[in-house]
Amino acid sequence: MSNTPLATLSERLQKKETTCVALAEEALARIEEVNPKLNAFITVMRDEALARARALDEELRAGKSRGPLHGVPTALKDNLCTRGVRMTCASKILENFVPPYNATSVARAEEAGAVFVGKTNMDEFAMGSSTEHSAFGAAHNPWDLERVTGGSSGGSAAAVASGCAPVALGSDTGGSIRQPAAFCGVVGMKPTYGRISRYGLVAFASSLDQIGPFARSVHDAATLLAAVAGRDPRDSTSVEVEADFLEGIDRGVKDLKVGLVEEGFGEGVAPEVRQGIERAAEILGGLGARVERLSLPSISYAIPTYYLLCTSEASSNLARYDGVRYGRRAPEAGNVEELYVRSRSEGFGPEVKRRIMLGTYALSAGYYDAYYARAQRGRRLIANDFNEKFERVRVLLLPSTPTPAFRLGENIDDPLQMYLCDIFTVSINLGGLPGLSMPCGKTSEGLPLGVQLVAPAFQEATLFRTAQALEKGISFAYEGMAV
Amino acid sequence: MAVTKDDVRHIAKLAKLALSGDELERLTRELASILEHIRVLEKAPLEGLEPVAHALDVVCPARDDTTESSLPREEALQNAPEQEGGAFKVPEVIESS
Repeated sequence: MSNTPLATLSERLQKKETTCVALAEEALARIEEVNPKLNAFITVMRDEALARARALDEELRAGKSRGPLHGVPTALKDNLCTRGVRMTCASKILENFVPPYNATSVARAEEAGAVFVGKTNMDEFAMGSSTEHSAFGAAHNPWDLERVTGGSSGGSAAAVASGCAPVALGSDTGGSIRQPAAFCGVVGMKPTYGRISRYGLVAFASSLDQIGPFARSVHDAATLLAAVAGRDPRDSTSVEVEADFLEGIDRGVKDLKVGLVEEGFGEGVAPEVRQGIERAAEILGGLGARVERLSLPSISYAIPTYYLLCTSEASSNLARYDGVRYGRRAPEAGNVEELYVRSRSEGFGPEVKRRIMLGTYALSAGYYDAYYARAQRGRRLIANDFNEKFERVRVLLLPSTPTPAFRLGENIDDPLQMYLCDIFTVSINLGGLPGLSMPCGKTSEGLPLGVQLVAPAFQEATLFRTAQALEKGISFAYEGMAV
Repeated sequence: MAVTKDDVRHIAKLAKLALSGDELERLTRELASILEHIRVLEKAPLEGLEPVAHALDVVCPARDDTTESSLPREEALQNAPEQEGGAFKVPEVIESS
């Protein structure tokens, strides 16, 4: 199932060669087999998945199909609200939280026939680049169990890579879909800001957060995106911009102008990552794309701009965890102030505290102009840089990450080093642009390498078309995995 | 600009976090290192640029001004750590005389 395109699964269901229950059982069996090693799931939704699959089989028997996602086992990052199913956000502060409603993206996937098999591991409150900052323990990379999955959507990436589900949803604030996709060898896509409703997604940095799909193929990622995209009255930043992500996906890249970003070959970028990007550029060139080198100098300001803005927004968003209405409450607090302080201090992990502290500092009296306001101008600089480049080319090509998956524990005590892992992804969130990471080969040690494609806002169709062409030119096999 | 332990204590108070001695030491060191890196922005050509909160010039339309049902009270309270009489319960706010 895991290596089978959604279209083929759909066809088999229609021809009664398989059933939704059989697909769910296969996914659940695979989760049972590999999760003790990977820790990719925080909650497995066995009973819910089987009941749902049975109902969807009934519908098929009655001649009703909901389309390409009908009966497809789907994993959900544990920061998406699922009615009646525990959602922890990988935090002690939410370890017993059961949402009374569905996130809009979850409701839409469900409407399209998805069968949710579990909630995936992540960095606490989506803050991290390795899924080591989880109150439920680190996730392990299915290609090498001693290495990280990337983060923060590491559980979703590992679930798809290891064949626990053909598709998954994650969220991406500064690369949290694309970076783990690169580390785990799957396709991961962050759509344009506003393309998917954030209603029911636990807020980290509201002006940057965006939900997106994981899949093993570009086509499947586009299929999942199509199911969940669109305006939602419950999220005023979601937009109604019509798009058919699959139309023209096979049209190829003849004469398409592609910009190869020079900074992707700079200092700190591993030689094998550089070779992977060069190979991707050669393949696109061989297919008729016009590849030119260009520079995105604003990248050097991306990390400070991003970390000032995201932590400022996080410090504000996470003020709601006060132990009053939901979440962990410290026992025996004598007064309200003590209740707030003790609940938060006991409930949040070290990375979340670090980011709340940095954000509070940047927003505090006397520092606002020097930090937050300056970062907002930095955001304009970065957005302008991208806009200028998109007057010359249709798609940008750059690494997803400077290195392949690093070892567990390697960066955990050095937050700045961990933040620098996001150098090629954060700008895209600051610009609100769509970005896609896909496998472009493996290292000599057999670790996946990722390449990132970026398009102008709302040009996801161009992104998928380019990625589809590249995918056909790159042979990437799911062989040699540790699980 | 050096970050002192007093700065970190002050920020923790604003953020409603209590820090242990070790946490105070560590966060003082880490915030100093991160803020040092952030100084790169001082060199950025930002003259004349307008600050932006959102990169995309998309208008956020207001929702229709219609009422709809909200979560039933018992569902809104289902995750409450403590509740009483259909409300969230908190420690005494105004001390009784």
